[in-house]
Amino acid sequence: MRARVYVTLKPGVHDPAGKAVQGGLVSMGYDEVRGVRIGKFFEMELADGESDPRARVEEMCRKLLANTVIESFRVELL
Amino acid sequence: MTATVAVVTFPGSNCDADLRHAVSLFGMKAVAVWHKESSLPKVDAVLLPGGFSYGDYLRCGAIARFSPVMADVVRFAARGGPVLGVCNGFQILTECGLVPGVLLRNEGLTFQCRDVTLRVEGKQTPFTRGLVGQTLRLPIAHAEGNWFTDPETLARVEGEGQVAFRYVGNPNGSLNDIAGVSNAAGNVVGLMPHPERYVEASLGGVDGAGVFRSLAGSITNTEAGATA
Repeated sequence: MRARVYVTLKPGVHDPAGKAVQGGLVSMGYDEVRGVRIGKFFEMELADGESDPRARVEEMCRKLLANTVIESFRVELL
Repeated sequence: MTATVAVVTFPGSNCDADLRHAVSLFGMKAVAVWHKESSLPKVDAVLLPGGFSYGDYLRCGAIARFSPVMADVVRFAARGGPVLGVCNGFQILTECGLVPGVLLRNEGLTFQCRDVTLRVEGKQTPFTRGLVGQTLRLPIAHAEGNWFTDPETLARVEGEGQVAFRYVGNPNGSLNDIAGVSNAAGNVVGLMPHPERYVEASLGGVDGAGVFRSLAGSITNTEAGATA
């Protein structure tokens, strides 16, 4: 089984790197770019046999993959 | 009895020797503790050094927080033991939840390596005894020192006197110019600037000395209190 995890900054958390990327895109002529938020994407291989793999991955997110003070996460199981 | 202070070394720490040197300058005995140790030796305080633990992978301090010795550091802090995190050590303390907030990328995106001016504020801690109200000049060296938290936590931190150090001239965009915070009890403190780098005139400054003098004094007082 595979899991995909998306970790994104919560609204209101300043993202200076995203802002710099936006500035770069606009200076390249992509004037339509109104905002960029940079997040993280994890692809994980999971061994079968866990009774509730989603709960396990969400626990991993809360404990390590995301800092829930500033980040949200979303889990997809494939 | 000589006060004994543990300085934890993580893979990628680079200010651990500086911290041990600073500790020994002020009459305390520094003990190097490797992060793989399952428990702390018997010590009076624990210091977490600056550097780039685990290469800052994932988030600064996020992986170091799960180093084996950290479980005992968290227990030591819960018992009221003095714990100080400097720079990357501060980032590790926020990841553990021992001090509030999180350290984001600097607003200007650049690594800041220069002297800053700080005001010592807040409740008395083992690291700021007799320093509150003073202005210090200390070096910073970080790319992720932009302290941030939610509005409720910010109000609590400000209201409860948990802001230990505040920049005079904000170098990184941190909320309310916050450079260092303590936990609610005051025994755990984290700060971005490096007091251990300014403990001798030959290093370029002596304003960090007060932090170590404060620690030495508070350990002595605790022992005196315990035996009285």
